[in-house]
Amino acid sequence: MDLGIFLETTADGDMLWWQSIASGLKWTLSTAFFAWIIAFVIGSLIGVARTTSNKWLLRLGNAWVELFRNIPLLVQFFVWYFVIPGLVPAVKAWVITLDPTQHQFVTAIVCLGLFTSARIAEQVRSGIQSLSRGQRMAGYAIGLTEPQTYRYVLLPMAYRIVIPPMTSELMNLIKNTAVAYSIGLAELFFRTREMAEMTFRYFEAFTAATVVYVIIAMTANRVMAWVERRVAVPGYMGSK
Amino acid sequence: MGDLDFGVIARVWPYLLSGLQYTVQLTVVAAIGGVIFGTLLAMARLSSIKPLAMVAAGYVNLMRSIPLLLVIFWFYFLVPVLWQTITGAERPPSIGAERSAYITFVLFEAAYFCEIMRAGIQSIPRGQVGAAYAVGLDYWQSMRLVVLPQAFRNMLPVLLTQTIILFQDVSLVSLLNVTDFVGAAGKIAQRDSRLVEMYLFVAIIYFLLCWLLSWLVKRLQQRIAIVR
Repeated sequence: MDLGIFLETTADGDMLWWQSIASGLKWTLSTAFFAWIIAFVIGSLIGVARTTSNKWLLRLGNAWVELFRNIPLLVQFFVWYFVIPGLVPAVKAWVITLDPTQHQFVTAIVCLGLFTSARIAEQVRSGIQSLSRGQRMAGYAIGLTEPQTYRYVLLPMAYRIVIPPMTSELMNLIKNTAVAYSIGLAELFFRTREMAEMTFRYFEAFTAATVVYVIIAMTANRVMAWVERRVAVPGYMGSK
Repeated sequence: MGDLDFGVIARVWPYLLSGLQYTVQLTVVAAIGGVIFGTLLAMARLSSIKPLAMVAAGYVNLMRSIPLLLVIFWFYFLVPVLWQTITGAERPPSIGAERSAYITFVLFEAAYFCEIMRAGIQSIPRGQVGAAYAVGLDYWQSMRLVVLPQAFRNMLPVLLTQTIILFQDVSLVSLLNVTDFVGAAGKIAQRDSRLVEMYLFVAIIYFLLCWLLSWLVKRLQQRIAIVR
Protein backbone atom coordinates (compact mmCIF):
# COMPACT_ATOMS: atom_id res chain seq x y z
CA MET A 1 0.00 0.00 0.00
CA ASP A 2 1.37 3.36 -1.03
CA LEU A 3 -0.58 6.41 0.08
CA GLY A 4 1.58 8.68 -2.08
CA ILE A 5 -0.79 7.93 -4.94
CA PHE A 6 -3.35 10.31 -3.45
CA LEU A 7 -0.89 13.19 -3.91
CA GLU A 8 -0.37 12.46 -7.61
CA THR A 9 -2.27 14.37 -10.28
CA THR A 10 -5.32 12.80 -11.94
CA ALA A 11 -5.48 11.65 -15.53
CA ASP A 12 -7.01 15.00 -16.54
CA GLY A 13 -4.18 16.70 -14.71
CA ASP A 14 -6.34 19.40 -13.18
CA MET A 15 -6.31 18.10 -9.59
CA LEU A 16 -4.78 15.57 -7.24
CA TRP A 17 -6.43 12.21 -6.59
CA TRP A 18 -7.43 13.05 -3.04
CA GLN A 19 -9.10 16.21 -4.33
CA SER A 20 -10.95 14.16 -6.91
CA ILE A 21 -12.26 11.88 -4.15
CA ALA A 22 -13.14 14.87 -1.98
CA SER A 23 -15.16 16.36 -4.83
CA GLY A 24 -16.95 12.99 -5.14
CA LEU A 25 -17.74 13.13 -1.43
CA LYS A 26 -19.23 16.60 -1.93
CA TRP A 27 -21.59 15.25 -4.59
CA THR A 28 -22.50 12.25 -2.43
CA LEU A 29 -23.39 14.44 0.54
CA SER A 30 -25.30 17.07 -1.43
CA THR A 31 -27.29 14.40 -3.29
CA ALA A 32 -28.13 12.71 0.02
CA PHE A 33 -29.06 16.06 1.60
CA PHE A 34 -31.59 17.12 -1.05
CA ALA A 35 -32.95 13.58 -1.45
CA TRP A 36 -33.48 13.41 2.31
CA ILE A 37 -35.58 16.59 2.27
CA ILE A 38 -37.82 15.17 -0.49
CA ALA A 39 -37.99 11.80 1.24
CA PHE A 40 -38.83 13.31 4.60
CA VAL A 41 -41.60 15.61 3.34
CA ILE A 42 -43.27 13.12 0.99
CA GLY A 43 -42.65 10.18 3.31
CA SER A 44 -44.35 12.02 6.17
CA LEU A 45 -47.37 12.92 4.01
CA ILE A 46 -47.73 9.35 2.73
CA GLY A 47 -47.18 7.91 6.19
CA VAL A 48 -49.93 10.13 7.60
CA ALA A 49 -52.21 9.27 4.67
CA ARG A 50 -51.90 5.61 5.59
CA THR A 51 -53.22 6.20 9.11
CA THR A 52 -56.21 8.42 8.28
CA SER A 53 -59.75 7.15 8.02
CA ASN A 54 -60.07 8.27 4.39
CA LYS A 55 -60.23 5.15 2.22
CA TRP A 56 -58.78 6.81 -0.89
CA LEU A 57 -55.86 8.36 0.93
CA LEU A 58 -55.17 4.94 2.44
CA ARG A 59 -55.14 3.30 -0.99
CA LEU A 60 -52.93 6.01 -2.47
CA GLY A 61 -50.48 5.60 0.41
CA ASN A 62 -50.36 1.82 0.07
CA ALA A 63 -49.91 1.99 -3.70
CA TRP A 64 -47.08 4.52 -3.32
CA VAL A 65 -45.18 2.33 -0.87
CA GLU A 66 -45.70 -0.85 -2.92
CA LEU A 67 -44.56 0.87 -6.11
CA PHE A 68 -41.26 2.16 -4.75
CA ARG A 69 -40.46 -0.89 -2.64
CA ASN A 70 -40.89 -3.55 -5.29
CA ILE A 71 -38.59 -2.23 -8.01
CA PRO A 72 -34.79 -2.41 -7.57
CA LEU A 73 -33.17 0.98 -7.02
CA LEU A 74 -30.92 0.51 -10.06
CA VAL A 75 -33.96 -0.05 -12.29
CA GLN A 76 -35.66 3.01 -10.78
CA PHE A 77 -32.59 5.03 -11.74
CA PHE A 78 -32.90 3.83 -15.33
CA VAL A 79 -36.62 4.57 -15.34
CA TRP A 80 -36.09 8.17 -14.21
CA TYR A 81 -33.07 8.68 -16.46
CA PHE A 82 -34.20 6.99 -19.68
CA VAL A 83 -37.87 5.98 -19.55
CA ILE A 84 -39.59 9.08 -18.14
CA PRO A 85 -37.97 11.56 -20.57
CA GLY A 86 -38.70 9.05 -23.36
CA LEU A 87 -42.39 8.83 -22.48
CA VAL A 88 -43.17 12.42 -21.45
CA PRO A 89 -42.25 14.98 -24.13
CA ALA A 90 -42.43 17.88 -21.64
CA VAL A 91 -39.77 16.26 -19.45
CA LYS A 92 -37.63 15.56 -22.48
CA ALA A 93 -37.88 19.17 -23.60
CA TRP A 94 -36.74 20.25 -20.15
CA VAL A 95 -33.85 17.82 -19.65
CA ILE A 96 -32.20 18.69 -22.95
CA THR A 97 -31.83 22.25 -21.68
CA LEU A 98 -29.77 20.92 -18.75
CA ASP A 99 -26.10 20.07 -18.95
CA PRO A 100 -25.39 16.35 -18.31
CA THR A 101 -24.15 16.91 -14.75
CA GLN A 102 -27.29 18.81 -13.80
CA HIS A 103 -29.46 16.14 -15.40
CA GLN A 104 -27.70 13.38 -13.44
CA PHE A 105 -27.87 15.35 -10.21
CA VAL A 106 -31.59 16.13 -10.54
CA THR A 107 -32.35 12.53 -11.54
CA ALA A 108 -30.42 11.17 -8.56
CA ILE A 109 -32.17 13.49 -6.11
CA VAL A 110 -35.66 12.72 -7.42
CA CYS A 111 -35.01 8.97 -7.70
CA LEU A 112 -33.39 8.56 -4.27
CA GLY A 113 -35.87 10.97 -2.69
CA LEU A 114 -38.94 9.07 -3.82
CA PHE A 115 -37.32 5.65 -3.21
CA THR A 116 -36.52 6.66 0.37
CA SER A 117 -39.90 8.35 0.87
CA ALA A 118 -41.62 4.95 0.67
CA ARG A 119 -39.39 3.66 3.48
CA ILE A 120 -39.92 6.77 5.61
CA ALA A 121 -43.67 6.49 5.06
CA GLU A 122 -43.51 3.01 6.57
CA GLN A 123 -41.62 4.30 9.61
CA VAL A 124 -43.95 7.27 10.14
CA ARG A 125 -46.99 5.02 9.85
CA SER A 126 -45.65 2.50 12.36
CA GLY A 127 -44.72 5.37 14.69
CA ILE A 128 -48.25 6.78 14.59
CA GLN A 129 -49.80 3.34 14.99
CA SER A 130 -47.62 2.57 17.99
CA LEU A 131 -49.32 5.40 19.93
CA SER A 132 -52.23 4.43 22.10
CA ARG A 133 -55.72 5.17 20.75
CA GLY A 134 -56.33 7.50 23.66
CA GLN A 135 -53.91 10.09 22.26
CA ARG A 136 -55.98 10.65 19.15
CA MET A 137 -59.22 10.62 21.11
CA ALA A 138 -57.84 13.10 23.62
CA GLY A 139 -56.95 15.39 20.72
CA TYR A 140 -60.47 15.23 19.36
CA ALA A 141 -61.97 15.57 22.84
CA ILE A 142 -60.33 18.93 23.47
CA GLY A 143 -61.77 20.12 20.16
CA LEU A 144 -58.83 19.79 17.76
CA THR A 145 -59.59 18.99 14.13
CA GLU A 146 -57.97 15.96 12.50
CA PRO A 147 -55.07 17.96 10.97
CA GLN A 148 -54.52 19.71 14.30
CA THR A 149 -54.52 16.41 16.15
CA TYR A 150 -51.76 15.17 13.84
CA ARG A 151 -49.81 18.40 14.10
CA TYR A 152 -49.92 18.88 17.87
CA VAL A 153 -50.54 15.42 19.34
CA LEU A 154 -49.68 12.45 17.12
CA LEU A 155 -46.72 13.54 14.99
CA PRO A 156 -44.58 15.09 17.75
CA MET A 157 -44.67 11.75 19.56
CA ALA A 158 -44.46 9.54 16.49
CA TYR A 159 -41.35 11.28 15.08
CA ARG A 160 -39.52 10.85 18.37
CA ILE A 161 -40.37 7.15 18.51
CA VAL A 162 -39.07 6.46 15.00
CA ILE A 163 -35.74 8.29 15.27
CA PRO A 164 -33.69 5.04 15.49
CA PRO A 165 -35.19 3.44 12.34
CA MET A 166 -34.99 6.84 10.61
CA THR A 167 -31.27 6.84 11.38
CA SER A 168 -30.80 3.62 9.49
CA GLU A 169 -32.87 4.99 6.61
CA LEU A 170 -30.59 8.04 6.47
CA MET A 171 -27.54 5.80 6.39
CA ASN A 172 -29.14 3.62 3.71
CA LEU A 173 -29.79 6.75 1.68
CA ILE A 174 -26.15 7.81 1.89
CA LYS A 175 -25.02 4.32 0.86
CA ASN A 176 -27.59 4.24 -1.94
CA THR A 177 -26.14 7.38 -3.53
CA ALA A 178 -23.41 5.05 -4.83
CA VAL A 179 -25.98 3.63 -7.27
CA ALA A 180 -26.08 7.06 -8.96
CA TYR A 181 -22.75 5.92 -10.41
CA SER A 182 -24.89 3.93 -12.89
CA ILE A 183 -26.13 7.13 -14.57
CA GLY A 184 -22.68 8.72 -14.42
CA LEU A 185 -23.00 11.09 -11.47
CA ALA A 186 -19.43 11.79 -10.30
CA GLU A 187 -20.07 10.92 -6.63
CA LEU A 188 -17.70 9.23 -4.20
CA PHE A 189 -17.93 5.70 -5.60
CA PHE A 190 -17.61 6.97 -9.18
CA ARG A 191 -14.44 8.85 -8.27
CA THR A 192 -12.80 5.93 -6.46
CA ARG A 193 -13.58 3.54 -9.27
CA GLU A 194 -12.20 6.04 -11.76
CA MET A 195 -9.03 6.30 -9.70
CA ALA A 196 -8.73 2.49 -9.48
CA GLU A 197 -9.16 2.07 -13.25
CA MET A 198 -6.78 4.87 -14.19
CA THR A 199 -3.95 4.07 -11.78
CA PHE A 200 -4.47 0.31 -11.22
CA ARG A 201 -4.26 1.10 -7.49
CA TYR A 202 -7.48 -0.76 -6.69
CA PHE A 203 -6.49 -1.49 -3.12
CA GLU A 204 -5.70 2.11 -2.19
CA ALA A 205 -8.73 3.55 -4.00
CA PHE A 206 -11.27 1.11 -2.55
CA THR A 207 -9.75 1.40 0.92
CA ALA A 208 -10.16 5.17 0.73
CA ALA A 209 -13.82 4.80 -0.24
CA THR A 210 -14.42 2.24 2.53
CA VAL A 211 -12.85 4.48 5.16
CA VAL A 212 -14.86 7.51 4.02
CA TYR A 213 -18.16 5.58 4.00
CA VAL A 214 -17.47 4.15 7.47
CA ILE A 215 -16.70 7.66 8.79
CA ILE A 216 -19.93 9.00 7.28
CA ALA A 217 -21.94 6.14 8.82
CA MET A 218 -20.39 6.70 12.23
CA THR A 219 -20.93 10.47 12.06
CA ALA A 220 -24.57 10.10 11.00
CA ASN A 221 -25.05 7.66 13.87
CA ARG A 222 -23.59 10.10 16.42
CA VAL A 223 -25.58 13.07 15.08
CA MET A 224 -28.86 11.17 15.20
CA ALA A 225 -28.10 9.87 18.70
CA TRP A 226 -27.55 13.49 19.74
CA VAL A 227 -30.84 14.54 18.14
CA GLU A 228 -32.58 11.68 19.91
CA ARG A 229 -31.27 12.82 23.30
CA ARG A 230 -32.14 16.46 22.59
CA VAL A 231 -35.79 15.79 21.74
CA ALA A 232 -36.48 13.02 24.26
CA VAL A 233 -39.74 13.49 26.15
CA PRO A 234 -39.26 13.29 29.93
CA GLY A 235 -40.84 10.25 31.45
CA TYR A 236 -40.45 8.09 28.33
CA MET A 237 -37.84 5.45 27.50
CA GLY A 238 -34.61 7.04 26.38
CA SER A 239 -35.05 10.28 28.31
CA LYS A 240 -32.70 11.12 31.12
CA MET B 1 -44.86 7.92 -27.68
CA GLY B 2 -45.78 6.72 -31.16
CA ASP B 3 -42.39 5.22 -32.02
CA LEU B 4 -42.28 2.74 -29.15
CA ASP B 5 -41.78 -0.88 -30.21
CA PHE B 6 -42.51 -3.47 -27.57
CA GLY B 7 -42.07 -6.21 -30.19
CA VAL B 8 -38.38 -6.16 -29.28
CA ILE B 9 -39.25 -7.99 -26.05
CA ALA B 10 -40.97 -10.80 -27.93
CA ARG B 11 -37.90 -11.18 -30.16
CA VAL B 12 -35.33 -11.43 -27.38
CA TRP B 13 -37.26 -13.12 -24.57
CA PRO B 14 -35.09 -16.28 -24.40
CA TYR B 15 -32.09 -14.05 -23.74
CA LEU B 16 -33.98 -12.10 -21.07
CA LEU B 17 -35.13 -15.36 -19.51
CA SER B 18 -31.56 -16.65 -19.25
CA GLY B 19 -30.69 -13.38 -17.51
CA LEU B 20 -33.59 -13.83 -15.10
CA GLN B 21 -32.42 -17.39 -14.48
CA TYR B 22 -28.98 -16.13 -13.40
CA THR B 23 -30.65 -13.56 -11.12
CA VAL B 24 -32.79 -16.24 -9.44
CA GLN B 25 -29.85 -18.65 -9.17
CA LEU B 26 -27.63 -16.02 -7.53
CA THR B 27 -30.47 -15.02 -5.18
CA VAL B 28 -31.07 -18.61 -4.03
CA VAL B 29 -27.39 -19.44 -3.55
CA ALA B 30 -26.74 -16.16 -1.70
CA ALA B 31 -29.81 -16.62 0.50
CA ILE B 32 -28.90 -20.18 1.52
CA GLY B 33 -25.19 -19.44 1.91
CA GLY B 34 -25.96 -16.14 3.66
CA VAL B 35 -28.31 -17.75 6.18
CA ILE B 36 -25.79 -20.50 7.03
CA PHE B 37 -22.83 -18.15 7.32
CA GLY B 38 -25.00 -15.48 8.97
CA THR B 39 -26.18 -17.94 11.63
CA LEU B 40 -22.57 -18.86 12.43
CA LEU B 41 -21.75 -15.14 12.63
CA ALA B 42 -24.69 -14.55 14.96
CA MET B 43 -23.50 -17.37 17.22
CA ALA B 44 -20.02 -15.82 17.19
CA ARG B 45 -21.44 -12.38 18.06
CA LEU B 46 -23.31 -13.85 21.01
CA SER B 47 -20.36 -15.99 22.06
CA SER B 48 -18.82 -15.59 25.50
CA ILE B 49 -15.39 -15.70 23.87
CA LYS B 50 -14.73 -11.93 23.68
CA PRO B 51 -12.25 -11.80 20.76
CA LEU B 52 -14.53 -13.97 18.61
CA ALA B 53 -17.54 -11.78 19.39
CA MET B 54 -15.55 -8.65 18.58
CA VAL B 55 -14.28 -9.94 15.23
CA ALA B 56 -17.80 -10.98 14.22
CA ALA B 57 -19.27 -7.63 15.29
CA GLY B 58 -16.54 -5.77 13.42
CA TYR B 59 -17.19 -7.73 10.24
CA VAL B 60 -20.95 -7.18 10.42
CA ASN B 61 -20.67 -3.46 11.15
CA LEU B 62 -18.15 -2.93 8.38
CA MET B 63 -20.29 -4.72 5.79
CA ARG B 64 -23.38 -2.80 6.88
CA SER B 65 -21.78 0.62 6.68
CA ILE B 66 -20.46 0.51 3.12
CA PRO B 67 -22.52 0.46 -0.10
CA LEU B 68 -23.19 -2.93 -1.70
CA LEU B 69 -21.84 -1.56 -4.98
CA LEU B 70 -18.48 -0.94 -3.33
CA VAL B 71 -18.50 -4.45 -1.85
CA ILE B 72 -19.24 -5.93 -5.29
CA PHE B 73 -16.26 -4.12 -6.80
CA TRP B 74 -14.04 -4.95 -3.80
CA PHE B 75 -14.63 -8.67 -4.18
CA TYR B 76 -14.39 -8.59 -7.96
CA PHE B 77 -10.87 -7.25 -7.48
CA LEU B 78 -9.93 -9.13 -4.28
CA VAL B 79 -11.15 -12.69 -4.95
CA PRO B 80 -8.57 -13.51 -7.65
CA VAL B 81 -5.79 -11.98 -5.52
CA LEU B 82 -6.85 -13.97 -2.46
CA TRP B 83 -7.14 -17.12 -4.53
CA GLN B 84 -3.59 -16.58 -5.74
CA THR B 85 -2.34 -16.11 -2.19
CA ILE B 86 -4.10 -19.25 -0.96
CA THR B 87 -3.10 -21.58 -3.80
CA GLY B 88 0.28 -19.96 -4.44
CA ALA B 89 -0.43 -19.73 -8.16
CA GLU B 90 1.90 -17.66 -10.31
CA ARG B 91 -0.74 -15.27 -11.60
CA PRO B 92 -4.19 -14.33 -10.27
CA PRO B 93 -6.77 -16.59 -11.98
CA SER B 94 -9.49 -15.00 -14.10
CA ILE B 95 -12.57 -15.87 -12.10
CA GLY B 96 -14.96 -13.50 -13.82
CA ALA B 97 -17.66 -11.28 -12.42
CA GLU B 98 -20.36 -13.98 -12.78
CA ARG B 99 -18.63 -16.31 -10.33
CA SER B 100 -17.13 -13.75 -7.97
CA ALA B 101 -20.66 -12.37 -7.50
CA TYR B 102 -21.65 -15.60 -5.70
CA ILE B 103 -18.90 -15.10 -3.13
CA THR B 104 -19.71 -11.39 -2.81
CA PHE B 105 -23.39 -11.89 -2.13
CA VAL B 106 -22.96 -14.80 0.29
CA LEU B 107 -20.47 -12.80 2.36
CA PHE B 108 -22.39 -9.52 2.14
CA GLU B 109 -25.83 -10.94 2.90
CA ALA B 110 -24.37 -12.95 5.78
CA ALA B 111 -23.92 -9.66 7.66
CA TYR B 112 -27.62 -8.82 7.26
CA PHE B 113 -28.85 -12.36 7.95
CA CYS B 114 -26.57 -12.38 11.01
CA GLU B 115 -28.47 -9.47 12.57
CA ILE B 116 -31.81 -11.18 11.87
CA MET B 117 -30.66 -14.49 13.35
CA ARG B 118 -29.14 -12.70 16.33
CA ALA B 119 -32.52 -11.12 17.07
CA GLY B 120 -34.10 -14.56 16.60
CA ILE B 121 -31.68 -16.28 18.99
CA GLN B 122 -32.12 -13.53 21.57
CA SER B 123 -35.89 -13.90 21.39
CA ILE B 124 -35.62 -17.45 22.79
CA PRO B 125 -36.20 -17.48 26.57
CA ARG B 126 -33.13 -18.21 28.68
CA GLY B 127 -34.91 -21.14 30.30
CA GLN B 128 -34.81 -23.06 27.01
CA VAL B 129 -31.02 -23.04 26.95
CA GLY B 130 -30.92 -23.90 30.65
CA ALA B 131 -33.26 -26.81 30.06
CA ALA B 132 -31.14 -28.02 27.15
CA TYR B 133 -27.98 -27.99 29.27
CA ALA B 134 -29.91 -29.64 32.13
CA VAL B 135 -30.81 -32.66 30.00
CA GLY B 136 -27.13 -33.00 29.16
CA LEU B 137 -26.84 -31.41 25.70
CA ASP B 138 -23.60 -29.61 24.88
CA TYR B 139 -23.42 -26.13 23.25
CA TRP B 140 -23.68 -27.33 19.64
CA GLN B 141 -26.46 -29.80 20.41
CA SER B 142 -28.54 -27.24 22.31
CA MET B 143 -28.09 -24.76 19.47
CA ARG B 144 -28.91 -27.27 16.74
CA LEU B 145 -31.77 -29.05 18.47
CA VAL B 146 -33.36 -26.39 20.68
CA VAL B 147 -32.46 -22.77 19.96
CA LEU B 148 -31.89 -22.49 16.21
CA PRO B 149 -35.03 -24.32 15.04
CA GLN B 150 -37.20 -21.93 17.08
CA ALA B 151 -35.16 -18.85 16.16
CA PHE B 152 -35.37 -19.80 12.51
CA ARG B 153 -39.12 -20.29 12.66
CA ASN B 154 -39.71 -17.00 14.46
CA MET B 155 -37.58 -15.12 11.98
CA LEU B 156 -38.74 -16.88 8.79
CA PRO B 157 -40.88 -13.96 7.51
CA VAL B 158 -38.04 -11.48 8.13
CA LEU B 159 -35.52 -13.80 6.44
CA LEU B 160 -37.80 -14.09 3.41
CA THR B 161 -38.35 -10.33 3.26
CA GLN B 162 -34.58 -9.86 3.32
CA THR B 163 -34.36 -12.40 0.48
CA ILE B 164 -36.75 -10.28 -1.60
CA ILE B 165 -34.48 -7.29 -0.99
CA LEU B 166 -31.55 -9.49 -2.02
CA PHE B 167 -33.40 -10.45 -5.21
CA GLN B 168 -33.62 -6.74 -6.04
CA ASP B 169 -30.02 -6.01 -5.01
CA VAL B 170 -28.67 -8.67 -7.37
CA SER B 171 -29.47 -6.23 -10.20
CA LEU B 172 -26.34 -4.26 -9.20
CA VAL B 173 -24.07 -6.94 -10.69
CA SER B 174 -25.15 -5.70 -14.11
CA LEU B 175 -22.80 -2.76 -13.48
CA LEU B 176 -19.92 -5.27 -13.70
CA ASN B 177 -21.24 -6.23 -17.12
CA VAL B 178 -22.79 -9.47 -15.81
CA THR B 179 -25.77 -10.71 -17.81
CA ASP B 180 -28.35 -10.92 -15.04
CA PHE B 181 -31.94 -9.85 -15.78
CA VAL B 182 -31.15 -6.12 -15.82
CA GLY B 183 -27.82 -6.75 -17.58
CA ALA B 184 -29.51 -8.76 -20.34
CA ALA B 185 -32.18 -6.08 -20.82
CA GLY B 186 -29.52 -3.37 -20.78
CA LYS B 187 -27.45 -5.05 -23.46
CA ILE B 188 -30.47 -5.39 -25.76
CA ALA B 189 -31.52 -1.83 -24.93
CA GLN B 190 -28.12 -0.50 -26.03
CA ARG B 191 -27.87 -2.72 -29.12
CA ASP B 192 -31.34 -1.91 -30.47
CA SER B 193 -31.62 1.61 -29.00
CA ARG B 194 -34.75 0.51 -27.15
CA LEU B 195 -33.93 1.88 -23.69
CA VAL B 196 -37.44 3.09 -22.90
CA GLU B 197 -39.17 -0.20 -23.75
CA MET B 198 -36.59 -2.48 -22.15
CA TYR B 199 -36.20 -0.65 -18.86
CA LEU B 200 -39.95 -0.13 -18.53
CA PHE B 201 -40.43 -3.87 -19.11
CA VAL B 202 -37.79 -4.75 -16.52
CA ALA B 203 -39.40 -2.42 -13.97
CA ILE B 204 -42.84 -3.97 -14.52
CA ILE B 205 -41.58 -7.56 -14.26
CA TYR B 206 -39.62 -6.81 -11.09
CA PHE B 207 -42.63 -5.06 -9.62
CA LEU B 208 -44.96 -7.98 -10.33
CA LEU B 209 -42.50 -10.61 -9.05
CA CYS B 210 -41.60 -8.77 -5.85
CA TRP B 211 -45.20 -7.79 -5.17
CA LEU B 212 -46.29 -11.41 -5.54
CA LEU B 213 -43.44 -12.64 -3.35
CA SER B 214 -44.18 -10.11 -0.58
CA TRP B 215 -47.85 -11.10 -0.72
CA LEU B 216 -46.85 -14.76 -0.30
CA VAL B 217 -44.60 -13.88 2.64
CA LYS B 218 -47.50 -12.01 4.26
CA ARG B 219 -49.75 -15.04 3.78
CA LEU B 220 -47.10 -17.35 5.22
CA GLN B 221 -46.63 -15.05 8.17
CA GLN B 222 -50.32 -15.33 9.04
CA ARG B 223 -50.31 -19.09 8.63
CA ILE B 224 -47.26 -19.93 10.69
CA ALA B 225 -47.84 -17.32 13.39
CA ILE B 226 -47.55 -19.05 16.73
CA VAL B 227 -50.49 -18.40 19.01
CA ARG B 228 -49.04 -17.44 22.35
